[in-house]
Amino acid sequence: MNTKTEHLQQINEIKNIMERSSRFISLSGLSGVFAGFFALAGAAAFYIYIKQLNYGYTELAGRFPLEIDLNFFTFCFADAAITLTLALSFGIFFTTRKAKADGRTIWDKTALRLLINLMIPLATGGIFCLILLFRFGWFGIIAPCTLIFYGLALLNASKYTLDEIRWLGISEIILGLIGCLYIGYGVTLWAIGFGILHIIYGLIMYIRYEAVPKEKKYW
Amino acid sequence: MKNFIDRLNKAFENRIRLGIMSALMVNASVDFLTLKELLDVTDGNLASHISALEKLEYIAVKKEFIGKKTKTTYMATKLGKLEFNHHLKALEDLIRNSE
Repeated sequence: MNTKTEHLQQINEIKNIMERSSRFISLSGLSGVFAGFFALAGAAAFYIYIKQLNYGYTELAGRFPLEIDLNFFTFCFADAAITLTLALSFGIFFTTRKAKADGRTIWDKTALRLLINLMIPLATGGIFCLILLFRFGWFGIIAPCTLIFYGLALLNASKYTLDEIRWLGISEIILGLIGCLYIGYGVTLWAIGFGILHIIYGLIMYIRYEAVPKEKKYW
Repeated sequence: MKNFIDRLNKAFENRIRLGIMSALMVNASVDFLTLKELLDVTDGNLASHISALEKLEYIAVKKEFIGKKTKTTYMATKLGKLEFNHHLKALEDLIRNSE
């Protein structure tokens, strides 16, 4: 029946506009995949560096903060900064590309809302971890803590973007909580949480929203 | 069948009005430019549909000054939300009963 398809079309259009106006849907799955690979590389670099220093990660936890020299901090900082910069720039690249392909702009109200809601828990976690580290010297708890706060940030931000982010957030939280019970496996945790989970969810998002032919997409 | 069609709100039969209401249902407020980009319409076209919805008191208008520029934002009123939900329900029933 003709009017039926018309009405269905109307419903689809309503759904489409609701999604587009309230969520940031340009997020590309490839961003996650690349962020995951860079995280794995960053973790590997850290692991090799620790090995070469000849003491284990658990040992480091005990030595902090007095017996660790400045080189160690410089390395940690550089490793993290390079990984983050690479992950972010490739993320922005793929997301801009997806937005352009769909005829949208990358920077709008939905992007701003997503960022604000992501950054509040994330910055809280960052400051909290810095306090743990420099005020109390609790080195070992930092890695699981970053995962928990990252997970909470994703969970919070997921209301304003693709649904998969919610599950990525929950996975990070669970991983972080498990990590709290096994202090000393921080690098492994980071490799799983920032590396493998990002790759898995990135691939899921890519397959669901980008690998499909355009006419099958519902937005 | 006739009964269901009667329940559809004539005010929402236009694609642009449907779009305006859809955006305002899920956002506390939306400004003119965002609506324009979202619906891909001309200024005049959008303005005329907005004023039609405004006249029916389905949407409310707020004008703010940001520096020298005015920024106009729109939000759905209680009545507008109610009517839109009725319209959606009627659409749904129509589809279900035409199977």
